[in-house]
Amino acid sequence: MSTPAFTLIGFGPEGWGKLLLLAAGLTLVAAVCSFALGSLLGAAGAVLKLASSRSLRGIGTFYTTVFRGIPEILVVYLFYFGGSLALTRLMHLAGFPGFFSLPFFIIGVVAIGLVSGAYQTEAYRSAYLRLERGQIEAGKACGMSRFVLLWRVIAPQTLRFALPALGNIWQSVLKETALLSIIGLIELLRQSTIASGATRQPLLFYGVAALLYLVMGQITALGIRTVEKRLARCWGR
Amino acid sequence: MDWPFLFATAKTLLTGVPLTLRLAATSLCAGFVLAVGIAALAGSRFAPARWIAALYVMLFQGTPLLVQIFIVYYGFGQIDFLRASFAWPFLQQAYWCAVLALSLNTSAYGAEIIRGAIAAVPAREIEAARAMGMSGLLLRRRIIWPQALQYGLANYGNEAILLLKATSLASVITLMDVTGLAYRLVSKTYRSEEIFTVAGLIYLALTFVIATGVHLLERRLTPCRQV
Repeated sequence: MSTPAFTLIGFGPEGWGKLLLLAAGLTLVAAVCSFALGSLLGAAGAVLKLASSRSLRGIGTFYTTVFRGIPEILVVYLFYFGGSLALTRLMHLAGFPGFFSLPFFIIGVVAIGLVSGAYQTEAYRSAYLRLERGQIEAGKACGMSRFVLLWRVIAPQTLRFALPALGNIWQSVLKETALLSIIGLIELLRQSTIASGATRQPLLFYGVAALLYLVMGQITALGIRTVEKRLARCWGR
Repeated sequence: MDWPFLFATAKTLLTGVPLTLRLAATSLCAGFVLAVGIAALAGSRFAPARWIAALYVMLFQGTPLLVQIFIVYYGFGQIDFLRASFAWPFLQQAYWCAVLALSLNTSAYGAEIIRGAIAAVPAREIEAARAMGMSGLLLRRRIIWPQALQYGLANYGNEAILLLKATSLASVITLMDVTGLAYRLVSKTYRSEEIFTVAGLIYLALTFVIATGVHLLERRLTPCRQV
């Protein structure tokens, strides 16, 4: 109680400022990796959901229904407990005794990435459906191969239409990384818990954590809006 | 597959459903009341009121729910006037901390939905009603609110599903809802795949029920039965 709040969150010998900023950096890295994994899964999911084969569509629907319908924390737990157990079993089969655990970071990124991939699937799918059919036909008529068509016509426009939804998904990914504190990854929330345990100032440190999340979210939102505006300008609508 | 174990797990986890539903229902109702207030502020002609609403929405949408829960559960004990107030006996219980955090969080999203729904009512209809001499409460009751309800219902249903999923975070502050029970069971038996799969199925079933309920309500509320 004797140390003033400003010293505690500062960068001096008694301050937690540097550790908190580093942890915020880890939060950002985890969010970027999860979002990137989610983009790959989302693109694959959208292809599945738009496929002409019924069973492929079924797989896509199963993926989005499950990962959007169950709480993220359950997915994180499942990978936290299940991932290490599966790895240990695998290593036992290969002849390595003992217990093996995956790094928290990998578990977290895979779990959050899978959930965000389910949401991104819907974003890409609805963006693709907004594309004008005539453009694809025109591309084919010009003799574009499937790859060129995808690269020149489909991908850029789908991305542009999906951008607002992707921005929202990014924000929720950033916030969901807070769940990784539960499995022991020392990201922003975990670091704040450690600091508030050591100083008995939970209000101060959770408040600072909230502020840092807010700042990260607002700055990235500003960036996304700028890109959106620029794209709107070059497409002219 | 170990069916007896799966059934035993399901039986244990289902005892957490009432708490999960109570958390969700209480927060949904309290959050809706708050959301109406915030939406009213957001639609006010008085600029500072709009700023307050915007700040509120930004604060609660921009920070993780888990941080909000921790601030209420661990942080509020540091505030002296809260400890002295009538609310303290409630805030000492993890349940009410979770309800408070969930309500505040969902109210920020709810306020945006309500604002959007009211803005979606065609201006022409409001003009027409005014030309007929309607104003104030009559205009709202007959023209604005019924249509806003139709526009907003689907979105609010989605928010209810998100809220149901969010109640699982209450398990982090010791509440024994479905997720809390599943976690405890896993730390006893280490059969994580089976237990978390059963827990996931319970949540899927609950979201399905909510989604179906909202859809039926929507059909009832649409007079011409086009939906």
